[in-house]
Amino acid sequence: MTALLRVENVTKHYGTRIGCAEVSFELYPGEVMGIVGESGSGKTTLLNCLAGQLPCDAGRVMFDTKTSGLRDVLAMSAPERRMLARTDWAFVQQHPRDGLRMNVSAGGNVGERLMAVGARHYGEIRQAATDWLARVEIEAGRIDDRPTTFSGGMQQRLQIARNLVTGPRLVFMDEPTGGLDVSVQARLLDLLRGLVREMGLSAIVVTHDLAVVRLLADRLMVMKDGHVVESGLTDQVLDDPQHGYTQLLVSSVLQV
Amino acid sequence: MTEYTFAYLDEQTKRMIRRAILKGLAIPGYQVPFASREMPMPYGWGTGGVQVSAAVLVPCDVLKVIDQGADDTTNAVSIRRFFEKTAGVAVTQDTQAATVIQTRHRIPEAALREGQVLVYQVPIPEPLRFLEPSEVETRKMHSLEDYGLMHVKLYEDISRHGAIATAYAYPVKVEGRYVMDPSPIPKFDNPKLDMAAIQLFGAGREQRIYALPPYTKVVSLDFDDFPFEASKPDHPCGLCGAQDSYLDELIVDDDGTRMFMCSDTDFCAKRREGGS
Repeated sequence: MTALLRVENVTKHYGTRIGCAEVSFELYPGEVMGIVGESGSGKTTLLNCLAGQLPCDAGRVMFDTKTSGLRDVLAMSAPERRMLARTDWAFVQQHPRDGLRMNVSAGGNVGERLMAVGARHYGEIRQAATDWLARVEIEAGRIDDRPTTFSGGMQQRLQIARNLVTGPRLVFMDEPTGGLDVSVQARLLDLLRGLVREMGLSAIVVTHDLAVVRLLADRLMVMKDGHVVESGLTDQVLDDPQHGYTQLLVSSVLQV
Repeated sequence: MTEYTFAYLDEQTKRMIRRAILKGLAIPGYQVPFASREMPMPYGWGTGGVQVSAAVLVPCDVLKVIDQGADDTTNAVSIRRFFEKTAGVAVTQDTQAATVIQTRHRIPEAALREGQVLVYQVPIPEPLRFLEPSEVETRKMHSLEDYGLMHVKLYEDISRHGAIATAYAYPVKVEGRYVMDPSPIPKFDNPKLDMAAIQLFGAGREQRIYALPPYTKVVSLDFDDFPFEASKPDHPCGLCGAQDSYLDELIVDDDGTRMFMCSDTDFCAKRREGGS
């Protein structure tokens, strides 16, 4: 089996400070990779580098494109990368406000990616939007309402629908459950887990919440000060942490 | 005449504007930035159109100025007088006789021919402006041909009103490449954008010029199941009886009596003179 994404020595400096350094890993189709670490450990920097949203200083990000096999995303031209970003990739932002168009109805938000790749039949776009709203448990009656009238959890579910509507193969998620209360988080995680399994998605999930990776991720990378300090199967890393920092992280989780 | 350079603007400025116009003609639909000057009129009254007209006028030109199709409204009269005074060019109300036509929000009903120049006054040149507030982002979207958002606007129209309710400034795609705002002309005029005359668009406040060379392919955006429709009020003109011209609705007395009449005054007057 060939890797969907092969990351080689990705490095990003902010001046003399390290954003992330020499990160390498492979992600296979259908696999979910979790990236955990404390604030400022370089998780989001790494994710933005991988998604081509932040230029990195060194390294390669090889993605298995549908048409021409493994290609270095960072060396692609801007139009190619944007095409990839609206077809095979999806990016779920921590704040729904960053990922949604707040002044456009829910249906329009879901339909935007379809229209961006050339859908020109209103009825079909509307049908796809209705289907996706149902899949993320938003009532069909809310299709013409703006996201500003939605609760935080609904906005995040809408963002997920908007991203998954074109059937991407790789989803980047930056703290998808950040800022939501626990019961809403649980529902969202349940939904995400279902969608990932059902669609055979590969995903890279950045979070500081170990419960999220326990539920979603197959494999785990622990980052500290821009470096990957430990990686392995999720349960293995969480149940038998080897690195001192991972041990600290695991033991810091509050028990109710 | 001696107090002004020909057509008010100094020669260096006209040269700069002509370069922007040539670039615009070379890349149809692309918004070329230019260093817009202050004109002796407020923004929103056609400062962009006036600068473009000033740059293209030559002494032998015959100028016509229309505002919403009419030759005799304030904006049209004052701009026409402005060029009579500063350029000394001949003026006319006759669409066929004019070589340069400056217009606000209409395309004349009579078909324009090769050799004529139609200059539009444009308030907001960016078709994506109300969807994406960032200029940096809209420029990137134009350069990457990322126009899904434009259809989102039409989608929103249909979901809210049951049909594409955009009635003016209806977005078009030029030669399969740039999405362009045709200035706030009624969508009735959109099919006429594909014409024999040169079309120049000037936005003074926003400092942009764009252009359509003759016979450029201009397509109004739409959906397969909601095709573009060049709509107009379903009435004949109350003065000349024309069925196929764009109409204004006017209240003509204190009792609220309404009348539809051609917005193109020259077209209407000619039809009445012709006795049809």
